[in-house]
Amino acid sequence: MTTLSDRQQLSYIASQAADARLNVELETEGMTLNIGPQHPATHGTLRIICRLDGEQVVWAEPSCGYMHRGYEKLTEVRTFPQVTTLVNRIDWLGSFANEVPFILAAEKLMEIEAPPRAQVIRTILFELSRIANVSLFLGDLGVQMGAITPVFLAFRDREYVLNLIEGATGGRFHPNFDRIGGLKDDLPKGWIDETRQVMVKLREFCDIIEDLLFGNEIFQSRMRGIGIIPADVAKDYGLSGANLRASGVDHDLRRDQQLPMAWDKADWKVWTHPDGDSWARCWVRLQETRESCKIVEQLLDQIPAGPIMTKVPRIIKVPAGEAWVSTENPLGEMGYYVVSKGDLGPFRVKIRSASFNNISIVPWALKGVYVPDIITILASLYFILGDIDR
Amino acid sequence: MAPLSDVTETDDQPLALPGDGLREGIVDDLRRRIGDALIDSHISPNDDLWIRVETGAWRQTAEALKAAGFTFFSFLSGLDWLPSPYGKGEEDPTAEPVEPDTEIRQGVTGGATRFQVFARLVDLDRHVGVTIKADVPDEPFAVDSWTTVFAGANWHERETHEMFGIGFNGHPDLRNMYLPTDFEGYPLRKDFPLLSRMIKPWPGIVDVEPMPEQGTAGEGSASDEPDAARGESAADDEPAGEQS
Repeated sequence: MTTLSDRQQLSYIASQAADARLNVELETEGMTLNIGPQHPATHGTLRIICRLDGEQVVWAEPSCGYMHRGYEKLTEVRTFPQVTTLVNRIDWLGSFANEVPFILAAEKLMEIEAPPRAQVIRTILFELSRIANVSLFLGDLGVQMGAITPVFLAFRDREYVLNLIEGATGGRFHPNFDRIGGLKDDLPKGWIDETRQVMVKLREFCDIIEDLLFGNEIFQSRMRGIGIIPADVAKDYGLSGANLRASGVDHDLRRDQQLPMAWDKADWKVWTHPDGDSWARCWVRLQETRESCKIVEQLLDQIPAGPIMTKVPRIIKVPAGEAWVSTENPLGEMGYYVVSKGDLGPFRVKIRSASFNNISIVPWALKGVYVPDIITILASLYFILGDIDR
Repeated sequence: MAPLSDVTETDDQPLALPGDGLREGIVDDLRRRIGDALIDSHISPNDDLWIRVETGAWRQTAEALKAAGFTFFSFLSGLDWLPSPYGKGEEDPTAEPVEPDTEIRQGVTGGATRFQVFARLVDLDRHVGVTIKADVPDEPFAVDSWTTVFAGANWHERETHEMFGIGFNGHPDLRNMYLPTDFEGYPLRKDFPLLSRMIKPWPGIVDVEPMPEQGTAGEGSASDEPDAARGESAADDEPAGEQS
């Protein structure tokens, strides 16, 4: 168990003090601040209701559900191959990564595996969707603090990655490319060379962002020491992905579980940061984008020859059983608990999306912070509305 | 106050893949902690672990597992094992309706009730997860809340309450998360109809043509049959369209 640093203890004390103020001084002039559902800092239609005491937040509660689409119910009236169309739209910035755990769960129940070539291409596309997702986060980060330039860079460079995804899958945002037993198509001609060039551009983008933002004094003073989440609190709330690793927990599902994917074929690092503040969360994501570029570059050299689809029946019936598969998606741990009764479609699918847990910590994390820090803490937690409401 | 640390990196070797012995050890350890409340367990070797506990020991199990190192809360939700009385809405509309299946069959590790709660906890040091299930009896239709053990269970229990109607004793605030406060019914229950599918059948059905070899040997009738089938299903759709 990790011990708390002084800084973390201070953040505990601050939140306790905020509690005490709320209990003792209910008679004072409080103010309720409503952020959203259309505030630009909310990445969609999240609404956060904050109760303020002066400049400090004493109580905050996110109000979700403006985008609930009932995917768990809808999967029950779809066949297995049709479900990928739905789950594409959960985290819409990294769509391909949403399909993979569901397909892996179905394959686990059917006891089949994709051929090696499909596994490597899957991993490459998975990492490309992570790069597309996180590069937009890195650009958007500046906008939250009034820096306009990074977001233009991000949109420009993300477009290169989206073009690659579109070139390989035919879909810019919603590839719907993963199939039970493999992939829909092989890679187009010239795609591998083009991907190499784009990875060079994306590494440059990371360097520029590091100079522009992470080296910026205003950025540092707005981010360092703000919104500290200690490791034990992060685990209690089920924070995952970069948010968890920024609190010093060394856990990455790409490395720490065995899946029929190709991450173990590349040499890369899992980055953690001991501070657990907003700055650490952003910094871990920046490093992860670089690692993703590294993974993609290495895997491009080792795509094996062979088929991209294993033999599956034309009408897919998945044997009865239950399977849980989760992967390390751009936003964190994304998993599907699939219950099959041997029919054409699933009996029940529980979708564990990363942002739902990541945002459930907001009432805890915003207690005692100042109003301008609300925006940076929300931005650094990084959520996508479709991923909260499902 | 300690200064903010410098950037560090970790380069740990991945741990050896946990084997059966590990998961069996977890079950034995849990049995020592909660005794007979552990009803059943199922190990998928080198892959996954399920356990089912008594309803009354639901919170005690969370405490025991947390003490045993399962400190990461992944999710909590409910299961309704009743087969859907509405089918999938994809049956051939011209065919005779089949008798709906009403037998309740629970999944891995079994069960005795229609509803179950299930949750997943992960040990981040050993990188091993466990799925915990418990029956939810009809009376009282509730289990103990996990919010005092894992703070993150708060939202998951709210969602489960909203979608299945399962109560959580000791939960601070079981308001709806998604639906209006006065919404009636529990959407993820199997007997809650998916209204859009009730009103308008899945559009894929219209395109279904009978396989050619199913027709009679005569060539003339084989060419007529798909048109007839299409006409019939189109006629079936029309009254549904008027209702909407």
